[in-house]
Amino acid sequence: MNTHVPPVAREEGATASNVERIDVEAVNARGRQKLYQARVKIYPKRAEGYFRRLKWIIMAVTLGIYWITPWIRWDRGPYAPDQAVLVDLANRRFYFFFIEIWPQEFYYVAGLLIMAGLGLFLVTSVAGRVWCGYTCPQTVWTDLYIWVERLVEGDRNARMKLDKEPWGAVKFAKRSTVYLAWLLIGAATGGAWIFYFADAPTLLLQFVTGEAPAVAYITVAILTATTFVFAGFMREQVCTYMCPWPRIQGAMLDEDSLLVTYNAWRGEPRSRHQKKALAEGLDVGDCVDCNACVAVCPMGIDIRDGNQLECITCALCIDACNGVMGKIGKPLNLISYTTLRDYDANAAEARSEGRAAATAKQRAVGLAHLVRPRTLLYAGLWALIGLVMLAGLATRDRLDINVIPDRNPLYVTLSDGSIRNGYTLKVLNMMNEPRAFEVSLDGLPDAGMWVAASEDHQPVKAIAVEVEADRLREIKVFVAQPGDVARPGLSGFIFSVRDLGGSETGSAAADFYAPE
Amino acid sequence: MADAGKTANPNGQGGTGAEIDPVTGYATTGHEWDGIRELNRPLPRWWLWTFYASIVFSLGYLVVYPGIPLLNGGSAGLFGYSTRAEVQDAIDLATEAQAGRLDQIASLPLAEIKADADLDRFAVAGGRSAFLVNCIQCHGTGAAGSKGYPNLNDDDWLWGGTLEDIYHTIAYGIRSDHPDTHYSEMPSFDGMLSRPEMAAVANYVLSLSGRAHDAALVAEGAALYADNCASCHGAGGEGDRSIGVPRLNDAIALKAGTTAEEIVGQMVAPQHGVMPAWTGRLSDTVVKELALYVYSLGGGEAAAQ
Repeated sequence: MNTHVPPVAREEGATASNVERIDVEAVNARGRQKLYQARVKIYPKRAEGYFRRLKWIIMAVTLGIYWITPWIRWDRGPYAPDQAVLVDLANRRFYFFFIEIWPQEFYYVAGLLIMAGLGLFLVTSVAGRVWCGYTCPQTVWTDLYIWVERLVEGDRNARMKLDKEPWGAVKFAKRSTVYLAWLLIGAATGGAWIFYFADAPTLLLQFVTGEAPAVAYITVAILTATTFVFAGFMREQVCTYMCPWPRIQGAMLDEDSLLVTYNAWRGEPRSRHQKKALAEGLDVGDCVDCNACVAVCPMGIDIRDGNQLECITCALCIDACNGVMGKIGKPLNLISYTTLRDYDANAAEARSEGRAAATAKQRAVGLAHLVRPRTLLYAGLWALIGLVMLAGLATRDRLDINVIPDRNPLYVTLSDGSIRNGYTLKVLNMMNEPRAFEVSLDGLPDAGMWVAASEDHQPVKAIAVEVEADRLREIKVFVAQPGDVARPGLSGFIFSVRDLGGSETGSAAADFYAPE
Repeated sequence: MADAGKTANPNGQGGTGAEIDPVTGYATTGHEWDGIRELNRPLPRWWLWTFYASIVFSLGYLVVYPGIPLLNGGSAGLFGYSTRAEVQDAIDLATEAQAGRLDQIASLPLAEIKADADLDRFAVAGGRSAFLVNCIQCHGTGAAGSKGYPNLNDDDWLWGGTLEDIYHTIAYGIRSDHPDTHYSEMPSFDGMLSRPEMAAVANYVLSLSGRAHDAALVAEGAALYADNCASCHGAGGEGDRSIGVPRLNDAIALKAGTTAEEIVGQMVAPQHGVMPAWTGRLSDTVVKELALYVYSLGGGEAAAQ
């Protein structure tokens, strides 16, 4: 990598006349450095092995979850949608199987996001960028697109050849097939997205008959375009230049994080002619410099240069290298998931005991320091937030009452001398069935209340309130207290609400104001 | 190459302090944070194209939307877009959406509007808007009034608290110049009663509503009240809404306050409130909305069966 040429040192006392001028120009001289660089296309070769199989499985599972989820039905009774996962923006409700979230309960979503963040930290500190390498949508869709490309155009060499060919019928047919398949996948991607926001079967019918809302078509068009461009053409550029995570990973990794690592202590010095070199008594490592690891890399890097910003740890180079090592009868895992600590230990062993002895002791996956303060902290916080949210979810109210007191006027004196205050009550029925409640006054002596809209102004202790399924009902009530009982200033009391058909209760504190 | 990092950039005559990074061989920008130096790597070309594309987009945006300042105003843009037109569209839409309900309010009797919860809510909201523009100057933003200006939240009415009563009062006013206006007048008792007699009457009136009073004067006051006041205010001070005579036996005092001195003052020089007739100033629909709003404040009374 180190390609620049250091400047020539001037010898002390040398004069201009007797110094030979060397004809050299710095490789990285400012004048030669380009300001902009065109993308150099990468043709990842097909890899085979454990990690490639794992990636296929993860791709099938993640894409399956994404595409199938909106079509899962979940019976919630006649008053709520039967889609298992639904973000109902119009009614401001979020449904997730047996959980229904109102806008004011959005902290559950915030909690989930915090858990996702902490989970990412935990996974990264243990095993590096596994999110990037296996589950990130950019990786998954790019993998799928490359699979399509390979199916139609062939593997690396065939694709490179096709690229160089002039445009002809065959090239046109192949390219249009690939692009068409990409577009279909992109449209399905955008299509699946919109189904999370409306009843999927209804929306699909509307969509194909041209009756869906404009926003549905726009969303599908945008997601089709971004999927097509990002997974088809941008690929590693998205990870390297657009995503912030590679920049953060440096802070997330430490010497105990598992990284896809080229074991240089074992591979170097590399040699293409191992047998000949060994026969000559030269000291050569296990790397035969076949470049298989470079050819399969979707990010276009050489893992033998060490850990790099571009590396998404997809581990395909491990598969490629293990294939070669198996063929030439050498121990596997010249490239392996290794921690920096293990690597250093192995390298020290190789220096003292020799390469062969160190290779024999090499651990395939070193998880020696999985448990350390950092991972314990992440896991602990993750579990704590999860438990708090679970506890909150299990004990949360499905009945609530909010009180907004009248501020102008604060109080009204009635002709019989009693003092009246006005309140707007909001009774929330967060269950998917209509319910009848009783709202009552507690803690205000001799006080009574009535519904403002009713003709009957006879004060009572409790009023009946019916609320539709999954709705909020707003009621204006007046509360009056006899003038000789009312205490000047503020008196606290409670509005209690009780489910007449069940046991659920709720309450809200309020203040009653009487003049001095 | 260990010393390469310390070597000045061979081509770095610009004096930016840029150096060659020993690991990658790339020049640095010369920026350093806690020992971390920024490499001067080329930008991806697509980034450059994206930049150009955004310039092209901005030019198109400038042409399509109003954006070029001219001497008189600015360029109109290809499609004549303007935020004012957008507001006007929104207002037109809202007016159109309200039209049906406003027509209903105009044509239906008050009781039927009241019976339709949805229409009533709409009318009350409209009435509140009209109230905040036309009525708060006297009655206050909360309609709580002040001395001499009735509180519209309570259950004490001079001219009646049914929807029709309230509508009539708003439409034709009190002591206004409209022929159908409410009119009442209390005579001055200055000269008819002596001051001590008036004080006795005042203490009797205070006793009617259970306020603090001089009990020694009540008997004399009661006799004088029966002779001079009861014909209008009623034997027990119950007032008479048909002619706008206030109740004296309740906890609400509009003008006379709660002391004997204030009541005497009212007997000597009676004050009479004036409210303009709103019919002619406001449309009948708005007057109806105002009536429903005032009715909703808490003192509304059911119409007599």
